[in-house]
Amino acid sequence: MPRTSVADLPRHDCRDAYVATLSELAHEDHRIVGVVNDSIGSSKLNSFRKSFPDRLINVGIAEQDMVGVAAGLANGGRIPFVSAASCFLTARALEQIKADVAYSNHNVKLCGMSPGVAYGELGPTHHSIEDIAWLRAIANLTVIVPADPVETSAALRWAAAVDGPVFVRVSRMSVPQVNADDYAFVPGKAVTLREGTDVTLIANGTVLWRALVAAEQLATEGIAARVLSMPTVKPLDVEAVVAAAQQTAGIVTVEESTTAGGLGGAVAETVVRHHPTRVTILGVPEFAPTGSAGFLLDRYGMSPEGIAESARHLVNR
Amino acid sequence: MTATHPLEIAGHVTMPVLGRLDAHAGRAEQIAHIAEAARQIRIQDLKLVHHAGAGHIGGDFSAIDILATLYGAVLDISPDRLADPERDRFILSKGHVAGALYTTLAAFGFLPVAALGTFLQPLSALNGHPNRTKVPGVEANTGPLGHGLPVAVGHALSAKLDVSLRRTYVLVGDGELQEGSNWEAMMAAAQYQLDRLTVIVDRNRLQQGATVKETNDLDPLPDKAAAFGFAVVEVNGHDHGELLEVLSSVPFRPGKPTFVIAHTHKGHPISFMSNSVAWHHKVPNTVEYHQALSELETVRHPRFGKER
Repeated sequence: MPRTSVADLPRHDCRDAYVATLSELAHEDHRIVGVVNDSIGSSKLNSFRKSFPDRLINVGIAEQDMVGVAAGLANGGRIPFVSAASCFLTARALEQIKADVAYSNHNVKLCGMSPGVAYGELGPTHHSIEDIAWLRAIANLTVIVPADPVETSAALRWAAAVDGPVFVRVSRMSVPQVNADDYAFVPGKAVTLREGTDVTLIANGTVLWRALVAAEQLATEGIAARVLSMPTVKPLDVEAVVAAAQQTAGIVTVEESTTAGGLGGAVAETVVRHHPTRVTILGVPEFAPTGSAGFLLDRYGMSPEGIAESARHLVNR
Repeated sequence: MTATHPLEIAGHVTMPVLGRLDAHAGRAEQIAHIAEAARQIRIQDLKLVHHAGAGHIGGDFSAIDILATLYGAVLDISPDRLADPERDRFILSKGHVAGALYTTLAAFGFLPVAALGTFLQPLSALNGHPNRTKVPGVEANTGPLGHGLPVAVGHALSAKLDVSLRRTYVLVGDGELQEGSNWEAMMAAAQYQLDRLTVIVDRNRLQQGATVKETNDLDPLPDKAAAFGFAVVEVNGHDHGELLEVLSSVPFRPGKPTFVIAHTHKGHPISFMSNSVAWHHKVPNTVEYHQALSELETVRHPRFGKER
């Protein structure tokens, strides 16, 4: 058994890193404002509101207006961080994200809170498994899915510094810290968290740690799994994916989103273009039944054991 | 090979660049200036649509008097001040009348007049709907309806946060108000007391295929806007004097955003286009083109209202 498993590390809510970072950024740059749809509590922005009461704009339960207002704030020189449940932000305001933010190239940061199946028991209306696929299809927009508090904070800092539209997914699920304390986010670059030549696991977001635990299990069986952390879904790190396709028996992608058009889709498109290989896409393939987020991820093969089983299948076929 | 800016491909154009009058101009001089600008913009817009074989001439002609008034005498903006964050903002929410906006921007020196010849041509910056990253003077990408007003609210909020006096004007179509996003934005504008924001409704009472009343009626529009927290004013949207008076004296109520209902006619003032739903995006044939041109060239200051 390994001395310490990633599974045993303490867990964190990435929203805490989100609000801490946003508050730091707002202290550093007066242009930064928050824009919300009555989602102050669910985005954990109460402390931000206390520090910057005028700079937290609450348009009420009105997502189309929220994103349009953010574009207008950017037109006036502000740097708006839109913060709303990803299911409503991306679905109800999809055309505003496309036309007002991405196509207009306005300097707006879209923060999709509690994405994936975080609202497990609330059902598919509140699950946001489609957001990555939708937003990945929109030009100009950078799409980032951080895996832990360190990466959430680093991605937000990068987003604040770059002039252009960015989407960052901010999870509420408890996750261990998988990146180093001095982690620096590099857009469009994968991070190799484990070396390995037998099979590659590519993951991001709240399920990255599960892929790492799967790799620990595979190692005990003599299977060396490479684990690539892929925080930027768009632009994807093509070089890292092609290298994985060339150097290992196949790729398992793991994501807290739909199996159609998300990280797995991006990886599959890439290997088909450059170096065809077997890709197993793990995600949520349907409207999920009732259950906690953890239950649902396990159900769809994203428990560490399930991920290891998918990898084993590629190695042994 | 000489690099050619996408806006600098020569087309057939005849329009003089008008510019904005200086602040000392008298009211009569301003009104005459706006009237002549509107007439020139209509002539050029007619050529634009006829030449391109596409466009929304009915809606263009409905809005041109409003655009000419804003750019000719109201907006604190000029081509050399686009980088100045303190300039006023105008957002065309009814983005399908891009032709009218491009022609207006050219008339006031924001675009080379020659660029108008590229309207809708391959690789032209002058797309059928305006694009802020490609066309100087455009503040927001519009076209899908119900987008401009929320963006205008956001800009007015940014001005308020900056304690700036810059103003925001947004032109929406009346049919466009059927989009719910407008009403979301109006609630926020009132909540935040954005009295530097002016919404202008191009109230031509026609949408793509029928009257607004037959489709999803907006009336009583003044009452609705007032109930949403706006100070409401109604004007004749083709009377340059009335438009100038109203648009340069907003806000009407401190602490309240302004809602100007400009009564207009689609296709105004062309005899066979005016108030006809058929001219939403119909292209004039050669006979119609020459007749419309002749009407615009002979009637110097067409008055509005007689045909109502």
